[in-house]
Amino acid sequence: MSDIVRVTRRDLLKSELVLGGGLILGFHLPVLRVASGAEPSPDVFAPNAFLRIGPDGLVTVVINKSEMGQGVYTSLPMLVAEELACDWKTVRFEPAPVDPAYNHAKFGTQVTGGSTSVRTEWERLSKAGATARMMLIAAAASGWKAEPKDCRAENGSVVHADGRRTAYGKLAGAAAKLPVPKEVALKARADRKLVGQRVHRLDSPAKVEGSALFGLDVRVPGMLTALVARPPVFGGTVVSFDAAKAKAVPGVKAIFQVPSGVAVVAADFHSAKRGREALEVAWADGAGAKLSTDGMLSDYAGLASTPGAVARKEGDVAHAFPRAAKRIVSDYAVPYLAHAPMEPLNCLVDIKKGSCEIWTGSQAQTWDRDAAAKITGLPPEKVSLHTTLLGGGFGRRANPASDFVSEAVHVAKGAGAPVKVVWTREDDIRGGFYRPMWHSRIAAGFDTEGRPVSWAHTLVGQSILGGTPFMPNPAADWIDETSVEGAKELPYTVANIQVDLHSPKQPVPVLWWRSVGHSHTAFAVESFIDEAAHAAKKDPLEYRLSLLPAVSRRRGVLELAAKKAGWGSPMPKGHGRGIAAHESFGSFIAYVAELSLDSDSQLRVRKVVCAIDCGEVVNPGIIEAQMESAVAFGLSAALHGAITLKSGRVVQGSFDDYPILRMGEAPGIEVHIVSSTEAPGGVGEPGVPPVAPAVANALYAASGIRLRSLPMTTDAIRAERRKA
Amino acid sequence: MVSLSINGKQYQADVPPDVPLLWVLRDHLGFTGTKFGCGEGLCGACTVHIDGKAEFSCQIAAGDVGTRKVTTVEGLPATHPVKAAWIEEEVSQCGYCQPGQIMRAAALLAAHPDPDDAAIDEGMDPNLCRCGTYPRIRKAIRRAAGKTSPGGAA
Ligand code: FES
Ligand code: FES
Repeated sequence: MSDIVRVTRRDLLKSELVLGGGLILGFHLPVLRVASGAEPSPDVFAPNAFLRIGPDGLVTVVINKSEMGQGVYTSLPMLVAEELACDWKTVRFEPAPVDPAYNHAKFGTQVTGGSTSVRTEWERLSKAGATARMMLIAAAASGWKAEPKDCRAENGSVVHADGRRTAYGKLAGAAAKLPVPKEVALKARADRKLVGQRVHRLDSPAKVEGSALFGLDVRVPGMLTALVARPPVFGGTVVSFDAAKAKAVPGVKAIFQVPSGVAVVAADFHSAKRGREALEVAWADGAGAKLSTDGMLSDYAGLASTPGAVARKEGDVAHAFPRAAKRIVSDYAVPYLAHAPMEPLNCLVDIKKGSCEIWTGSQAQTWDRDAAAKITGLPPEKVSLHTTLLGGGFGRRANPASDFVSEAVHVAKGAGAPVKVVWTREDDIRGGFYRPMWHSRIAAGFDTEGRPVSWAHTLVGQSILGGTPFMPNPAADWIDETSVEGAKELPYTVANIQVDLHSPKQPVPVLWWRSVGHSHTAFAVESFIDEAAHAAKKDPLEYRLSLLPAVSRRRGVLELAAKKAGWGSPMPKGHGRGIAAHESFGSFIAYVAELSLDSDSQLRVRKVVCAIDCGEVVNPGIIEAQMESAVAFGLSAALHGAITLKSGRVVQGSFDDYPILRMGEAPGIEVHIVSSTEAPGGVGEPGVPPVAPAVANALYAASGIRLRSLPMTTDAIRAERRKA
Repeated sequence: MVSLSINGKQYQADVPPDVPLLWVLRDHLGFTGTKFGCGEGLCGACTVHIDGKAEFSCQIAAGDVGTRKVTTVEGLPATHPVKAAWIEEEVSQCGYCQPGQIMRAAALLAAHPDPDDAAIDEGMDPNLCRCGTYPRIRKAIRRAAGKTSPGGAA
């Protein structure tokens, strides 16, 4: 233990440079050159922007989706490798640079969201692999003076019917010279070897070693760290600031105003944080200071009693409802929610003369790149954005407003040095871009059998898309589809349906949060249908099934989850089971949640049985993991999560008052995947929506307490018990 | 100047002694495997071993570590049963919390070689995972403890 290592800042930066060259983060320019049409190295076979095979036989798949836990760095390479017929052990991944070649196949911009990665890349990546396979076979055949039809691709080699065999690496140079075929045939389903298998994640080893690089871990020589003091009220502005005390903090280098607040730039995080604590800023709060959650709740409930913009109208609710044999009206409320990814937001920007480099965990590379181009005045192609691993995203890192990236570009510009802007946990929880708070009123009429004949659902909540480049100036009757998704497509048979929407404007910035509109509509719809079943004195599962077509994928998952959970079997006293199902992002999911409630009103979700029909499956292991993840994410919101406002200020600040699910609260989770040949559906988001209603329905089954507001806290349950 | 024993080597960092160990590790010595999640002892992303015990590195000043031995995720051998179990059970999702989880689990098993589920839940309680990898963490700890999972539900 005698070798003393003295590490100076200089050494550190030097060693990081070395480290930087060897990182498998793939900040490789060759890819960019391939993508932009320039010549790749002659021995590297790169038939398209998504794939390279080197003379060493290593297969590099370039991934245009951001890895935030959902497994795209494994599932997408599997699609390529299946058609390429290579040895899975030779497959590497590399994040794509920003280039139109990597645009989302439907959205026309480089973005990861909407649980679309597998759905939109399946065909493109399969073809990329198949194209390479055909070219490798052609190269081998021509070398052997044989016919391609007598050759096949197998585990990383081309094999001739007579037994001759050449490895891909040796064919790479020759294949690179061949023309790219226009038409390629994909494998038949029965011939698949990899797709559908439980393949281990390629990103696991680095994440377990501690070498995986997240945005927060990236450094460049001469880099400074900044924190930004932002207004305590949304829409607030800087009146003046006194930097004298902050400047006296050792390590603080510069303090200046940026559009989002006041930047404190320092040698390292700790100095920047101390500097920000010492900074004195006078803020003008603006109109946002009037906002309080209590006031908004009553405003929203008031709006729910008035007609809104019509999202769907079938039959005549106004006629049918008053004439129904029985009527139920219920109101459901959900709060603002922060995404709270485990890795706080951060962005490193290095502006040089004529160029700008950005390292960050972005879900929306084109928007962020273009925002940086605008701020720096550089043409977009002079801005390179390196996508690091994301320590969670959940939608927060795909922002049309490019908030955290734009801000970091402003700070780096002002500092005249490479700067990493880091958000603290408080900055994150108080930083807005929340899932909007929502109020839903469902008023339904029923026949004498308890079957719904009229269904009116009025939703009140902020639009996510209105006011963004997607819809800059929405008309009063414009429907933001992300507001009503999951409510508009009511799956149950009802003759008269109307769905109305109010989109009040608020100074609180909102954004998509894992499962977007479905995160609140499923809670309202699947809670209400449960109420209707109980009112009709019917079993909640049977009642749902009676309102669904005889053959439907929703019915399939409901029946499967119920069967696996032992639906209807006796339970101990104080226990209850609840069921809920929802379709979103092309997939169907049903949960049966089992919980217990003790005399002290402590609720404990013990077990969740999940049935998912997501069509064709790439990797069942990743699907199971995503369902487990969705259950935890959904339970955090169902039991704990709420961002509230008082005099315009966010009350919560960290994991003590914005709790997320803990180890001891995590239920046992069973996942059953429906075997299906339907088109692939999403898996990152669809598991979230049915969690809260399954739990609310289980709580009712256990206790007779119906909670219609989230979160279902111990205090909320106690309040209901006092009322009873 | 603060002197620290990290992963079996002696380091000196030119920082005031009140800087949290977390930031000396990350910003000054380049041990970025140890993560920042809250800086307040609320999430466990920054968990390291100090003399074999799991501690929040964000909650201890570097100057207070003294001669005690610090181990970070980089210092836990790749062959450690916890790391091996983490790969086998495919625990990581985004992976950001996992260095902290792994260090907490390794310390737990060192103190309780064969914990039951209740002991795992209690021992792992300080560490949060936003991706919800808890059921797999339980399985991986059981695997690392040399027991196989009873199968079925997590
Ligand atoms: S960063 Fe130390 S406990 Fe969260
Ligand atoms: S794996 Fe993402 S926070 Fe735990």
